[in-house]
Amino acid sequence: MTAAELGALYQQLILDHARERHGEGLQPTGSVQSRQVNPLCGDEVTVQLTVDPATGNIASLHWEGRGCAISTASASLLADLVHELPADELTTRIGHFRDVMRSRGTLEPDEDLLADAVALQGVARYVARVKCAMLPWVACEDALRMLAAPSAPEPV
Amino acid sequence: MTSVTPTVQPEVHPVGAHRAEVDRIRDDFPGLHQQVAGHPLVYLDSAATALKPRQVLDAERRFAELRTAAVHRGAHTLAATATEEFEGARATVAAFIGAAPDEVVWTSNATEAINLVAYGFSNASTGDRLDGTDAFRLGPGDEIVVTELEHHANLIPWQELARRTGAALRHLPVTEDGELRMDLAPDVIGSRTRILAFSHISNVLGSVAPVAELVRQARAVGAVTVLDACQSVPHRPVDVHALGVDFAVFSGHKMLGPTGIGVLYGRRELLRELPPFLTGGSMISTVTMERAEYLPPPHRFEAGTQKVSQAIALAAAVDYLREVGMDRIGQWQGMLGQRLAAGLVGIRGVRLLGPAPGTERAGLASFEVDGVHAHDVGQFLDDRGIAVRVGHHCAQPLHRRLGLTASTRASTYLYTTAEEVDLVLESVADVRPFFLGTPR
Ligand SMILES: Cc1ncc(COP(=O)(O)O)c(C=O)c1O
Repeated sequence: MTAAELGALYQQLILDHARERHGEGLQPTGSVQSRQVNPLCGDEVTVQLTVDPATGNIASLHWEGRGCAISTASASLLADLVHELPADELTTRIGHFRDVMRSRGTLEPDEDLLADAVALQGVARYVARVKCAMLPWVACEDALRMLAAPSAPEPV
Repeated sequence: MTSVTPTVQPEVHPVGAHRAEVDRIRDDFPGLHQQVAGHPLVYLDSAATALKPRQVLDAERRFAELRTAAVHRGAHTLAATATEEFEGARATVAAFIGAAPDEVVWTSNATEAINLVAYGFSNASTGDRLDGTDAFRLGPGDEIVVTELEHHANLIPWQELARRTGAALRHLPVTEDGELRMDLAPDVIGSRTRILAFSHISNVLGSVAPVAELVRQARAVGAVTVLDACQSVPHRPVDVHALGVDFAVFSGHKMLGPTGIGVLYGRRELLRELPPFLTGGSMISTVTMERAEYLPPPHRFEAGTQKVSQAIALAAAVDYLREVGMDRIGQWQGMLGQRLAAGLVGIRGVRLLGPAPGTERAGLASFEVDGVHAHDVGQFLDDRGIAVRVGHHCAQPLHRRLGLTASTRASTYLYTTAEEVDLVLESVADVRPFFLGTPR
């Protein structure tokens, strides 16, 4: 990696989100939550979704965790993305994000789907760091699954 | 980049005088002469695994090419030569640590060596063994003692042994700075203590355990001592008889040798009584359909086809180290460790773990960068070709005690230059400015 590539991995937007984190801190009013651990480093994140009772859409995402700049920025960017998205739309976007992350840099992210989270695309070239970026998205996907399950969601 | 001034001055530690020799040593290590991320590799991860000199690679290759034959089996010439070289390697490694050849058992690595001892105790404690002695029989009421700074390799096997036998596992705590609470040793090590297992040098802190005092206390209560010498045998002279420990373990790959070979040292009288761990071919004398008689140590503990070329390569590594001189390697690394420690405490926002500069430490230093995750530190350094270890270094309880989940570790070896140490220090000073926008 050259210095230019270090900048491609840690884009300014990522460093900003790692410092000024959006959606950090769990809420007493959340609907479902999921905790995921990265076994490689022990980092963890808990993602909490709150459903808008009027529309049934995802009203907000909050999170709490411990991790590197990549994983905290990723959680922060994801929190910005979810506002008022229908659950199945959010699931689709998570799927796209995963495809990008697994592409080793060959798949261009769709900005219409991922908004500012496209800044994470540089991570895809660092296989060892893909799990860091994915962690909050995997937790979000798991929380969405709980919402979809007709059985009782995990109480918050 | 502004330079970080190490407080260890070159005139106190003659860097220049060593430089020519280090350069000569570096020529023997092909791995050092490669580019990473467009920079010359700066390998500061030798505590995890050491690079290998040509002499070791050549020894392994020569054996594999010309001497391949089963040892201790068959009567043909090659088999006899292979056996001779294999046992010769054992004698070389034994002499290196001040042991007798029959006190050295080949294992796959240090982890397996610790498990061999733990399962020896375990096997002596279950069923109606005829050959196990009371020395290794454990049960409820007995205690196994470790320390809070152990590598998981020297913790989990004892957790499991305690679980299987009903013995209790206790530990000697460390302070929040990672110092062993020796003041508590007399409370923790007592008449119930049967095993005391501890690291000679911490792989995270670089601190050196007071071996003599711990051995004295263990002996006073009749406990067996197990020394994790993974970070000492490669880096300084170690004489197991002089230390007085009952067992000691280390791994070949951390001392210029290949992976797949490790060593268990056991005091002769104890090895004679210890039941085997793995059983099968090569470790028996007489076998009937009902039972078997076992060979005396060390072969009793070496079931199945052995790690022959690896053992021979490890002996070549030992020859290499001896030629340079363990005293000098130890001094050189002590100097590099001090240079690292002194440099790190001088960097804004960096917390050095383990002994303060000026206090004895091995040639490694772990640290935390305030506000920056260890993985980000590691990635930043990698961008400059610097290889360090990040994470919990297989010592989660210690990190928890230090109030951390992860740290960054730079570790040196005989091929590390003072310039490389300065380079990592300069780069660490750039980490917070990059991630946090703080002034340097
Ligand atoms: C102090 C210590 N003990 C035990 C080990 C385990 O060594 P190995 O993985 O080679 O068995 C290591 C190395 O990682 C170590 O540093």
